[in-house]
Amino acid sequence: MAFREYNVGSICFGIALAGSMMITIFFPTGDISNIPATEISLDKQLTYGYESGFNYWDPFLNGKNKPLKVTLTKDPVTGQPMDKTVAYVFKPGVKFPNGIYKPRILGHGPKELSERLGRISAADDSKGAVFVIKHGTYKGKETPYIENVTATKGWQPEKVLATAGDANTSYAGAGKTMFIREGCWWCHTLLPEETQDWQTFGRPPMTGDFNGESPTAFGSDRKAPDLLHVGSRNSSREWMMLHFFNPRLVQPHSIMPRYNYLWGKTDAHGNPIDLAKWSKEYQEFYEGKRIYPPEVPDYRPDSEIRYLIDFVLNLK
Amino acid sequence: MIKYLFAKEEDIPQGSAAIFFAFSSIVWFIVGTGLGSFNAAKLAFPDWFTNSYMFQFGHMRQVHVMTVIFGWIAMAFAASMMYITPALGNTKLWSEKLGVWNCLLWNVGLALGLATLWSGMTSGREYSDFIWPIDLYIAAFIAVPWSLNVWATIVNRRTQGIYTTNWFFAACVFMTIIVFLIGNLPEFFHLTGLNEGYMTWWFAHNILGLLITPVAAAITYYMIPKITGNPLYSHRVGHLHFWSIVVFYSTPAAHHLMSSPLPEWLKSFASVEGVLILVPAIAYVCNILLTMQGKWTMFVENVEIKFTMTGVFLAIPLNMQGGFHQTRAINWYIHGTGWIVAHAHLALLGFSTFAEAAAVYYGIQVLLRRKLYSLSLANFHFWMLLIGFSLYWTSMTIAGLIQGAGKVYEVPYIDVVIAEHPYMIVRWLGGTMVFLGNIVWLYNMYMTARAGEVVPEGRLPHEVAYQR
Repeated sequence: MAFREYNVGSICFGIALAGSMMITIFFPTGDISNIPATEISLDKQLTYGYESGFNYWDPFLNGKNKPLKVTLTKDPVTGQPMDKTVAYVFKPGVKFPNGIYKPRILGHGPKELSERLGRISAADDSKGAVFVIKHGTYKGKETPYIENVTATKGWQPEKVLATAGDANTSYAGAGKTMFIREGCWWCHTLLPEETQDWQTFGRPPMTGDFNGESPTAFGSDRKAPDLLHVGSRNSSREWMMLHFFNPRLVQPHSIMPRYNYLWGKTDAHGNPIDLAKWSKEYQEFYEGKRIYPPEVPDYRPDSEIRYLIDFVLNLK
Repeated sequence: MIKYLFAKEEDIPQGSAAIFFAFSSIVWFIVGTGLGSFNAAKLAFPDWFTNSYMFQFGHMRQVHVMTVIFGWIAMAFAASMMYITPALGNTKLWSEKLGVWNCLLWNVGLALGLATLWSGMTSGREYSDFIWPIDLYIAAFIAVPWSLNVWATIVNRRTQGIYTTNWFFAACVFMTIIVFLIGNLPEFFHLTGLNEGYMTWWFAHNILGLLITPVAAAITYYMIPKITGNPLYSHRVGHLHFWSIVVFYSTPAAHHLMSSPLPEWLKSFASVEGVLILVPAIAYVCNILLTMQGKWTMFVENVEIKFTMTGVFLAIPLNMQGGFHQTRAINWYIHGTGWIVAHAHLALLGFSTFAEAAAVYYGIQVLLRRKLYSLSLANFHFWMLLIGFSLYWTSMTIAGLIQGAGKVYEVPYIDVVIAEHPYMIVRWLGGTMVFLGNIVWLYNMYMTARAGEVVPEGRLPHEVAYQR
C-alpha cells in the first residue's frame, strides 16, 4: 500500500472527519428530534401530507395523493350543527404524514396523547382517515395532539367531504406541491427572521413548528415579501387570482412572473383560455390603447391555481 | 472520444479523459451562464418571454445553479484532476478508459438531472434539488469512478511523497461521496421537519466547502509553481491549509441558517467555526502570493497566471466575507439578501472559475501539445469574465445592502423592489458578458485543438507562448 507513509495522516483525517460529522450531524439532529411538535407543525403535516417534493406517489409534482383540509359546521355523522371544526381528510390510498407513521417524531407529549387519546395507530391509509387537532394535558402541561376521528367518532372521509362541500374544502396540501414545483420559495421565504421581521412579517417559526414537514423549503434568498403569515395580511381570493394571473395588474412594480398557465386550458365556464391573446390585449392596455386590462378568467375548482391560492390563503 | 469507450486501455492516448472533460465543462459553462443571463433578464424585465411553464423563473433558477456547479465547476475539476494528478505522481492516469466513461456518464446523468429538474421534478431542497434517483446516480456513476481514478493514480505514483495538490484532490473527491450520500439522507429515508431543513444546508455548505473551494485552491497550488518555475513557498503552510480545511470548513453548516429556529448552541458553534475558516484562507492566500515572488511580471504577460492570480485575489474578499458574515452582528442585516447571492458568485464565478479556467486553458494546450490559437481572444475572454463578474458582484452587493436596509427599517417590500431595479439590469448585463465571453472561449479552444501551432517536443506551451 503506497499510502503507508501516510498512516498517521490518514488516521488523523478519519478522526477529524468523523469528529466533524459527530458535531454537525449526530448532536444537532438528535437535539432537534427531541423537540415536541407544536400545534403549528401538527397542522402543517396534516395539511401537506407525506411529502410535497418528488415522491413515488406524485413523481411529477401534480399535487396528487394529498389530503384535504375542510371546515365543518355540522357533525358529519349526526348532521347536527356544531362548533366550527377543522378536519384533515385523507381519502383511501392517500399517504399519511410522517407523524402518523412514526409517532416518535411528534416528540414527547404529542406522541403519547396522539397514541392514547387520539388512537392514531388505528388509522389505515388504504381505508382513509379523518384527523383533527385536539388539546390535552401531558405531565401538567397543555399539549396538542392528533385525533383519528375515524376511529373515535366514526367520521368517514367521503361523508366529511360531502358535509363540508367544495366551498369549505382547502386544497392547501396540493398547493404546497405547487409552491415547491413553481419555485415560489426561490423568492418568497417562509421564515420571518428572529431579529427584525416581527413587525412586518409576523411571528418567526419556533423549533417545533416543522416536525413531520418535508420539504420545509423556508427559502434562503428573499427577493419578495415573506409569506409565512400572508393569509392573515391579505385574505382576498380575488386579489390572489388577479395577482397570480399577472402580478402587474394589482402591483405595477412587481417583478413576480405570471402564473397564468396554472389556469389550465379552460376556465370555470369551459371556455378556452388564450394566453397569447390576453397578453396582446394587456400590452395594448400597457401602452394606453385600452382603458381596462383584459378580464382575468375564473379558474376551474380543480385547477392548479386553485391549489396554489388555497395554499397561500391557508398561510395564517 | 466515443471510439475510446471500447478501445483497449493502451490504445487510448494519455489525456483523452482530461480533454473530454475540459471541452464538456466549457460547453456546460456556456449553457449555465446562458441560463443565468436569461434568469437575470426575467428579474429585470418580468413581462418579457412569459406565458410559458418551462421558461418560468422558478423552473429555471435551479437549472442554472446545478448546471454551473455540476456541469462547469465540478467537470472542470475532473478535467484538472485527470491530468494534474498523474503529472504530480510522475505517472499515467490509472485508467483513461474509466475516465472517458466517467465523463460520458457524467454528461448523460447531468443532462438527465437537468431535464427532470427543468420539467418540475424537484426535491424542493436548495442545492440538492435533484430528485433522489439522480442523486444516487451522481454518487455511483459520477463521484465514485472519479474518486477511484484519482485515488488509484495517487497510489500508483512514482514519486516518494504526495504533493499538496494531490492531498486536496484525494481528500476532496472522497469527501464529496460522503457529502452526497449523507446530505441526501432526508430524501433517501424521508427524514422530515427541521432535520430536513438543516441537512439541506449541511449538504449545501459541505459541497461548497469540501469540494469547490479546496479543489480550486489545490489547482492554484499546481498552476503557480508549474508555470512560474518557483517552488511552492511553504509546504508547512500548505499542511496548515489542508488540515484547517478538514477541521474547520466541515463544521459550520448551520451558519447558513442563523435566523432560523435551530438550537442556539448549534448556531453559536457554527458562527465561531465560521470565523475559523479564516485560518485556511489566510494560510492559502499568503502561500500563493509568496510563491509569486520575483515572477509578478507573469501576472501581466502570461494568460494562465493572469487567470489563476485573479482567482487568488478574488479569494481574499471572498474569505473576508465568508469569515465574518455569519457572525450574529453582521448576519441579521444581510441574511437572505442579494449580498449572499453576490458572495456565492464571488466563490463560484470569481475564485473557482478563474482558477479552473486557467487549468483548462493550460491542460488543453499541454495535452494536445498545441499553443493557444489566439492570445488576444484569451485576453478578451479574461476581461469579459472579470468585468462581467465585477458588474454582477457590485450590483448584487448594493442590491443586498438595499434589501438589508429595507428589512431593518421596515420599508414596504415593493419599495425595495423598485430601488433594486437598476441593479437587476446591471446584474443581467454582467451575466450576459460572462456568457458571451465563454462562447469566444469555446471557439478559441476548439481552434487550439484544430489549428494551434504544435509545441516542440520537450517544451511546455507557456514557455513558447510568446515566441510569435
